[in-house]
Amino acid sequence: MKIKELQRICLEVRRDIIRMLGEAGSGHPGGSLSAAELVVALYFSVMKHRAKEPDWEDRDRFILSKGHCCPLLYAVLARCGYFPVEKLLTLRKLGSPLQGHPHNLEVPGIEASTGSLGQGLSIANGIALAGRLNKKNYRVYCLLGDGETDEGQVWEAVMTSNHYHLDNLCAIVDRNRLQIDGKTADIMQLEPYPEKWRAFGWYVIEIDGNNLAEVLGAYLQAEKIKGKPTVIIARTIKGKGISFMENEVEWHGQAPKKEEVEKALKELGERI
Amino acid sequence: MRTVFNKTLLKIAKKDERIFLVLADIGYGEIEPFAKAFPDRYFNVGVAEQNMTDIACGLAMEGNIAVTYSIANFPTLRCLEQIRNDVCYHNVNVKIVIIGGGLAYGALGVSHQSTEDLAIMRALPDMVVVAPADFTEAEAATYAMVKHPGPVYYRCGYKKEPRLHKGKIDFKIGKAIQARAGGDITLIGTGTITYRVYQAAELLVKDGIQARVLSMHTVKPIDKEAILKAADETRGIITVEEHNIIGGLGGAVAEVLAEGGVGVPFKRIGLPDTYVHIVGSHDWLLDRFGFSPESIAQVAKNLLKCRQ
Repeated sequence: MKIKELQRICLEVRRDIIRMLGEAGSGHPGGSLSAAELVVALYFSVMKHRAKEPDWEDRDRFILSKGHCCPLLYAVLARCGYFPVEKLLTLRKLGSPLQGHPHNLEVPGIEASTGSLGQGLSIANGIALAGRLNKKNYRVYCLLGDGETDEGQVWEAVMTSNHYHLDNLCAIVDRNRLQIDGKTADIMQLEPYPEKWRAFGWYVIEIDGNNLAEVLGAYLQAEKIKGKPTVIIARTIKGKGISFMENEVEWHGQAPKKEEVEKALKELGERI
Repeated sequence: MRTVFNKTLLKIAKKDERIFLVLADIGYGEIEPFAKAFPDRYFNVGVAEQNMTDIACGLAMEGNIAVTYSIANFPTLRCLEQIRNDVCYHNVNVKIVIIGGGLAYGALGVSHQSTEDLAIMRALPDMVVVAPADFTEAEAATYAMVKHPGPVYYRCGYKKEPRLHKGKIDFKIGKAIQARAGGDITLIGTGTITYRVYQAAELLVKDGIQARVLSMHTVKPIDKEAILKAADETRGIITVEEHNIIGGLGGAVAEVLAEGGVGVPFKRIGLPDTYVHIVGSHDWLLDRFGFSPESIAQVAKNLLKCRQ
């Protein structure tokens, strides 16, 4: 798929996110918007998967470890055809399967139920180990938030992926430099960040995570790395695409009000 | 008992290639035969129980049966949220095995005493909770655990537990086993403490009391039928568990009795709602906390006296 087409899908997905959150009245826009290119590129260009056969055994697996950014994943899955796009507006509504954090048993295409941070990469390790033993060629992708990597379990998992040389596993860190309470640098210093991953034995690719050409290039490169796991540290802008949300900590977990939805949609519309 | 468990698991794994063993640096002296026989299905992830549990979850999500295994509270409380959100919420085939339930690790102190596990594991949706009483049950429970689709918590003993059952047993998850017949009072035990319950029943004979002894090896789902039958056929019920008095076997049985509306005299024997603050061997601590056969027998006599 051409980059132009992927850019169009990213815009569409960002509009979905804004509409969903506006309708729900709550949710997490910042990290959903920052990671749009990272997830759209996976589902529309990189991963092998079948929307009409979500459990296809040879599919590539995607674990959204930062489960609170599920509006992004729901929008991407709907745009891929896993479920009707209209269903997106039931986010957080009574009786809807689209919970505030994703659940694999209720939503087609969701690989793992997440929501409590720091657990996805361990699950991804288990799936990657099983794939290798079952002689399956699927790849496992796991998206983490940068703030999420404060969790100790992440580093248990980081050691494990290296120990077992899981080259069928690719972690992506949405390095938007903000977490709930403020800047990652102020809450808990992560730097020297790429060096940490390298020291744990990972192959590190650093990119502009909102630049689709760089994102696609990184995924291609990651597939070629053998004998060790790869992490893509994707520098992104939290709230990307909406001027008043970009790099603003308050938009981590707050939904836009009606006028803000209109303003945001207008901004997204103007960029087509 | 842990040796029985490991031997049985190895036997099953020889026939069932879905079985994986995931460790967190605790298995020395027991798991080597499995590791040697199935190096591809054995992962030791280091001292990292949260990681261990979620790797098991990932393996199970791909159609395998993953067993996590460690001492006392390490594979349960240390990674409780991973068990809740990842094992139980996904409802996957992960089996959590602890070695040394209750006070088995006596002198090692409270960090190594598993005395709230039954209550906590029982509260997790879709989790089955088993605590075999002796080697015979331990072997049968291992087969039953593997056969059961979904999460299972298996509270294993440590070593050299005495034999409770003389002959063959019919072990089914959720079905108590009668270890001794009796019509005067019913003593219900779970796990390795049940042997002391049996000894208490033998002591009661000289007082003219015939006690029924039930081995409630499955705390969840609890065998309601056996409990209500005991309430109907005998004059009192006593539960005995090597566990905090709150929320474990006694709690589960009380729930059945209260909702069954049977009003039978009832008493729970368990650890008081406090931690052990002194050094003690397993047996010494059990005696001290009221689990000697004599103490259990005395509680039974008192309960029957109340009734008269």
